[in-house]
Amino acid sequence: MTWLSQTAPPALTSAVVEACDLSIVFGSGEHRTVALTTVDLAILRGEFVSLIGPSGCGKTTLLRAIADLEQPTGGHLSVNGKTPAQARRERAYGYVFQAPALYPWRNIERNVMLPLEIMGRSLAERRASAKRNLELVGLSEFAQRFPWQLSGGMQQRASIARALSFEPALLLMDEPFGALDEITRDGLNVHLLDLWRRTNMTVVFVTHSIPEAVYLSTRIVVMSPRPGRIVDVIPSDLGRDRPLDIRDTPEFLQVAHRVRTALHAGRSYD
Amino acid sequence: MIVAALALTASLGLGWAMLIRWAARDGRAYGIATPLLFGALLLWCWEVVCIGFGVPRVLLPAPTEIARAFATHLPMLWADFVQTVVRAVLPGYALGCAAGYLAAIALDRSLFLRRGVLPLAGLLGAMPIVGIAPIMVMWFGFDWPSKAAVAAVMTFFPMLVNTVAGLSGTGAIERDLMRSYGASYWQTLVKLRLPAALPFVFNALKLNFTLALIGAIVAEYFGTPIVGMGFRISTEAARLDLDVVWAEVALAAITGSACFAALALLERVVLFWHPSVQKFALSGR
Amino acid sequence: MIRGAARRAAPIVVVLLGLVGMWYAAALALDLRAGQALAGSGASPQALIAAAWSLERPLLPAPHQVAQAVWSGLFGEPLGSARSLLYHAGVTALTAALGFALALVFGIALAVSIVHVRTLDRSLMPWVVASQTVPVLAIAPMVVVVLGNIGLTGVLPKALIAGWLSFFPITTAMVTGLRSPDRMQFDLMRTYSASGRDIFAKLRWPASMAFLFAGVKVAATLAVVGAIVAELPTGAQAGLGARLLAGSYYGQTLQIWAALIAAALLTLLAVGAADCAQRVLVARRGGRL
Repeated sequence: MTWLSQTAPPALTSAVVEACDLSIVFGSGEHRTVALTTVDLAILRGEFVSLIGPSGCGKTTLLRAIADLEQPTGGHLSVNGKTPAQARRERAYGYVFQAPALYPWRNIERNVMLPLEIMGRSLAERRASAKRNLELVGLSEFAQRFPWQLSGGMQQRASIARALSFEPALLLMDEPFGALDEITRDGLNVHLLDLWRRTNMTVVFVTHSIPEAVYLSTRIVVMSPRPGRIVDVIPSDLGRDRPLDIRDTPEFLQVAHRVRTALHAGRSYD
Repeated sequence: MIVAALALTASLGLGWAMLIRWAARDGRAYGIATPLLFGALLLWCWEVVCIGFGVPRVLLPAPTEIARAFATHLPMLWADFVQTVVRAVLPGYALGCAAGYLAAIALDRSLFLRRGVLPLAGLLGAMPIVGIAPIMVMWFGFDWPSKAAVAAVMTFFPMLVNTVAGLSGTGAIERDLMRSYGASYWQTLVKLRLPAALPFVFNALKLNFTLALIGAIVAEYFGTPIVGMGFRISTEAARLDLDVVWAEVALAAITGSACFAALALLERVVLFWHPSVQKFALSGR
Repeated sequence: MIRGAARRAAPIVVVLLGLVGMWYAAALALDLRAGQALAGSGASPQALIAAAWSLERPLLPAPHQVAQAVWSGLFGEPLGSARSLLYHAGVTALTAALGFALALVFGIALAVSIVHVRTLDRSLMPWVVASQTVPVLAIAPMVVVVLGNIGLTGVLPKALIAGWLSFFPITTAMVTGLRSPDRMQFDLMRTYSASGRDIFAKLRWPASMAFLFAGVKVAATLAVVGAIVAELPTGAQAGLGARLLAGSYYGQTLQIWAALIAAALLTLLAVGAADCAQRVLVARRGGRL
């Protein structure tokens, strides 16, 4: 599935992320692991794309490659028409990890201000941005608290606020809600969707939960391990307004079924 | 003497019973009171045995006699304190810790150098460093600079090893995050890795004070002008003036504990965010 | 495997060579004036350098001078003579070993008591921790003198000091180790209705071995330090500490350095012995402690 030619000039495409025949191999000889092979994917502006698959299918590796935290060993990967390294230096994306990774010696407000500090913005700008983003995630009253004083879900929301602080057009999230209980997770899913609608960002979201992927995304990329590859790309056209109980509608279940079948077909359960 | 024996057994029995009851209780107050009671019982035991059973002073003076010696010789004790602690230990401690810290930062840039230096630093740190005292006396003379030098060398290695360990301990996620912000090496060092290394640094700071104190005192056994804690201890011990010796030892103990407590307090303030400090604050143990 | 060992050794060797180079340069700098006096005025640079590096009482002996002194001290003198480093090292080693053995027995016994008797835990453990802030080595002269007064001379008082210094790491390591199994393991023992003795022998003791060996390595080095310092106050005639003191009094630089290097080698030996013992245990346990 090749989407766009490698030589198309950036201005003509609205592809935020483009992978052509991308492959990533770790190690050599006996310890050679093919994390990704022949990955072709284009993510357009404003999409919410989920990468789903079991462990070892390369979804996190793909996300990290987009973030310039891993290097491709074959093929081509571009972010905003540039190399991932350039995109990283231009602060083109925000990254949210599985763990909140907040600094315990800074309060929430100063944690959210951290990226802007590194980018050298003024104190007034940093304060204003922190205020805005904490409001976006609903943590305004907790700005002066310390991370250990907040629950897991709230800490993760703070780390999302931090990722948004410099207003990136691209948000990369690696199983951000994986460590939380289902009830908190539901709440955060609604929150995230709301955020996405309001900011019109492009989101690439790694998960291993089928309902979460179907609920949040506009497109679902099903991956499979050994070697890591894309098995199927499934659109999830459930409309932009998605209350939680959409998960019981037949359309939702249909998409979920398609995803499940694709996972099975990719021998993901071996 | 029989009276003493009876008094001793009675009070010890009572004290031990109290101790058992207190130890069974939880909470911060009992956590502090129980060891204090134990210490008090020990002192009481000591006093009664020495005075009641007539233990000769050249063998073991009673606590009250030591206290009296302490009070009587206060000016001399003060002079010794100044010579050893103020003039030798403090500068040596500060110098050694600072040098170790800076060396660790300098080593941070090169994995190759770290791999070469760290094993050697660990090895050298385990050596009887007090042995360099005579060499320091040869280089810096009899007075306090040689003792400060010994203290500095003794504190250098633990600080180096601990700071390097602290710098390497930052989580992969935190470092990836900094990378995603396009942070420079120095930004990552100052904003993330140095604060994260602070618990290790404090570990070394607390450990090092005792080392510096030991280093300075033992170094004085190798030669010193006629003042200083080590000097006093060795000469008075030879003269069998044991209550003065004990007074000096008490002074050393008080100094060591006081500075340790001060460092622990500072640690609680600076490391307010660290789980080990919080656990103590919350549970009282 | 040899490749891996070589790769690990390479940085150490490079740094060592660098240090030796700096040592030679420093020796030259410090001994230059005395070297000039020895070589006489108008000597060539090579003769000057050679003179600086072969003084009899240098401020900083050159590495080869130290190596020579150590070699001849260890192997060049008859064993009974007062100049034999091997003899002195043996005396110190004996003291250290005895002290270490005392510390091991006492430290483990104390740790077991602390873990099992709550009274001791709450009243004694804080003092054990606090004792570390007291410069125990400072009381070495006193202990030796006092014990000498009641007739205990020779190895025992020195061993007691070495033992006092090294019991702390053993005790703290053992206390941590005996308490290290997690709650799940203790609960499992409860479901077996295991007796206190069983829990100790089958769970606590094996679990503490890793910690014990870490503490033993630290204790080994402290025992050597303690033995050396214990020899200082009494005008002792034998032992590395005595040798250091004598060298210091008579200004015999090379003697001091040789004794220091011998002390360092002794420490290495002690840690190596502890490491060997650990390897034997690890092998018997199938590869991991």
